[in-house]
Amino acid sequence: MTRMSGAKALLKSLENQNVEVMFGILGGALLPIYDHFCNSKIRHILCRHEQGAAHAAEGYARVSGKAGVCMATSGPGATNLVTGIANAYMDSSPIIALTGQVPSSGTNTSYIIGRDAFQEADIIGITTPITKHNFQLHTAKEIPKIVKTAFHIATTGRPGPVVIDMPKNAQTEIADIDFSNGIQIRGYKPTSNPHPLQIRKAAELLAESEKPVILAGGGVITSNASAELLQVAELLLAPVATSFMGKGSIPEIHPLSLGSIGMHGNPVANKLLGEADVLLAVGTRFSDRATGKLDSFCKSSKKIHIDIDTAEIGKNIDVDIPIVADAQKALKELYERLVKLLKKKKSSTWAKHVKEAKKQLNPLSKTGSKDLKPKALLQELRRLLPKNAIVTTEVGQNQMWAALYFNALKPRTFISSGGLGTMGFGFPASIGAKVACPDRPVVDIAGDGSFRMTEQELATSVTEDIPVIVFVLNNSVLGMVAQWQRMFFKGRYSHVKLGKIPDFVKLADAYGAQGLRVESVSEFSKAVKKALKSDVTTVIDVPISLEENVAPMVPPGCGIDEQVGDY
Amino acid sequence: MENRKIKVIAALVENKPGVLHSVANMFRRRGFNIESITVGRIEQEELSRMTITVNGDEKTLEQVVKQLSKLIDVVKVSRLEPENIVTRELALIKVNIPDNKSRSDVINCVEVFRGRVVDVSPESLTMEITGTSDKIDAFLNLMRTYGIMELARTGLTALTRGVSSIRVDE
Repeated sequence: MTRMSGAKALLKSLENQNVEVMFGILGGALLPIYDHFCNSKIRHILCRHEQGAAHAAEGYARVSGKAGVCMATSGPGATNLVTGIANAYMDSSPIIALTGQVPSSGTNTSYIIGRDAFQEADIIGITTPITKHNFQLHTAKEIPKIVKTAFHIATTGRPGPVVIDMPKNAQTEIADIDFSNGIQIRGYKPTSNPHPLQIRKAAELLAESEKPVILAGGGVITSNASAELLQVAELLLAPVATSFMGKGSIPEIHPLSLGSIGMHGNPVANKLLGEADVLLAVGTRFSDRATGKLDSFCKSSKKIHIDIDTAEIGKNIDVDIPIVADAQKALKELYERLVKLLKKKKSSTWAKHVKEAKKQLNPLSKTGSKDLKPKALLQELRRLLPKNAIVTTEVGQNQMWAALYFNALKPRTFISSGGLGTMGFGFPASIGAKVACPDRPVVDIAGDGSFRMTEQELATSVTEDIPVIVFVLNNSVLGMVAQWQRMFFKGRYSHVKLGKIPDFVKLADAYGAQGLRVESVSEFSKAVKKALKSDVTTVIDVPISLEENVAPMVPPGCGIDEQVGDY
Repeated sequence: MENRKIKVIAALVENKPGVLHSVANMFRRRGFNIESITVGRIEQEELSRMTITVNGDEKTLEQVVKQLSKLIDVVKVSRLEPENIVTRELALIKVNIPDNKSRSDVINCVEVFRGRVVDVSPESLTMEITGTSDKIDAFLNLMRTYGIMELARTGLTALTRGVSSIRVDE
């Protein structure tokens, strides 16, 4: 037991969780905590908008595999975190969001929870549907236990965001604090070991399959199961398609890699999924953008679904063999069982067919042009970046071009807003990623529309010395929406044109960052090389045509094998 | 229509503030319909039992159970099979009584349904009736002819038959 304030106990509890860095903006309801940062080992990165702080925490979490921490004051500070929390919830990222709150008790009764005090917002009510769990503190004493529990919930099972709301009186209260308390949560015991019988059934089905296809989702990355995934794939000679979130779970230059499936998926991935006789889906939730029309999704195959979240089994797709387990453990056991079952090597007929289909359909097999086309630019970017470089993306055309044309070679190197589709995610996430891996280059593949939504974090990256590269595919429109207006609304552009403002080079300059504009692929290469050497954030502005489409595309309501458009 | 029948779920939940909100919120957010919900403390420490009736097909019910189980403050969820449970609901009914004839008729009805009169005034009778929801519906149908002034139903609560029970192992 040590006598201290709740504020001090909070920081000590975070240190006990090995928190090294957090992203936040202070305010009235957080003053007691911020007063202690001077004496803390934790690095606090002052962001310029709370949404940026939440996305940065998520970028940090997804690259490092540790929980990312963000903090905002009560009321508007907390509500500004909401988009970031929702994003982390949809993409199952472990973040801890700490929010200030008006006091829950005290002498000035007009200034306590429930009286609509200044900067009061019911953040518990607001975040209930977008968090894995949330807590509100009442006393200083309970802080160590709640922090421990929050980290445990956020990082285990299917990870997700956890909010801790901290009324000011709990921060200022002086109490005898015990940090040794263990945690007990009787309503939370995530399954991680697969059921042996289910593994046996799955192995038998796969051993007999002639055209197996693996679909790897974000869960493979979360559970660090890439090595196990590759073992199973190579043993079965099964091609691996990924969901958008699974991008990077297998090196996309591997002969068995098909790229990602879905609305703007890789054509060969979409096609071969339809030909499979057995689908092994791992750590994926069959989202609508991935599956297209459900009735025609993978209809010729038996389905095995490995997921750590029971509720994902049978939610969107009926499966034949469900396995509720951690992806890594399940794949490991599946591999061991398969080795015993497979007396002779798998026939290579299917593998040959896969190879042929890839040659025919893979958008990367054709060389890009030298014009300022997204494909050429992204292929060039890949060529210039080391294997372990991290890219984040914004949302829209830039994101889908990145999915199609930028090969992810390692897990945790392709960070994007998959479920929520949050424009403005990529740039702050790149800052978080860079903080987690300061020695690796980090590039935000951006569109001009998205970048504008969180561009103020340029100030954060410059003042905190976190150099990243922002590569703006600048078509001066909200590109994906414009594409849909061209394709499905007879080309009537309604409120999508953004104009050529601001001048991103001048904008970068105004923030003390480096701004470069390029007019050709060779200038782009030079700019990227310059940016990689720079110790300050670089914004590379690349003007592209507003008529540029992401293609191919599965029209809404169609099956993923009904893709239209050339690539 | 068999599979659209009302389904009953029992959930043991932490007895603390906000739990009802997170349960109700999950139902709303996922588009599940709650027909009724009853909540009360149980003999085990710091636990409450929710009895939730849901209208939906088998697949919906499966999702409801899984999504409920996912909530951290929900400790245990069980589906209650209709043939294997006893269910009860309590209703308080205030009926308009214009004359003495009506009064004695209503009192007769209450006796047939094994209810009780709990309050009397010159122009009204208040009764309690306990039973399955069907029985209460039937009684209410009879009372409509007199004019129901006020009605409060608790919603269904249920226990499994026999020795099996839904508990949290300590």
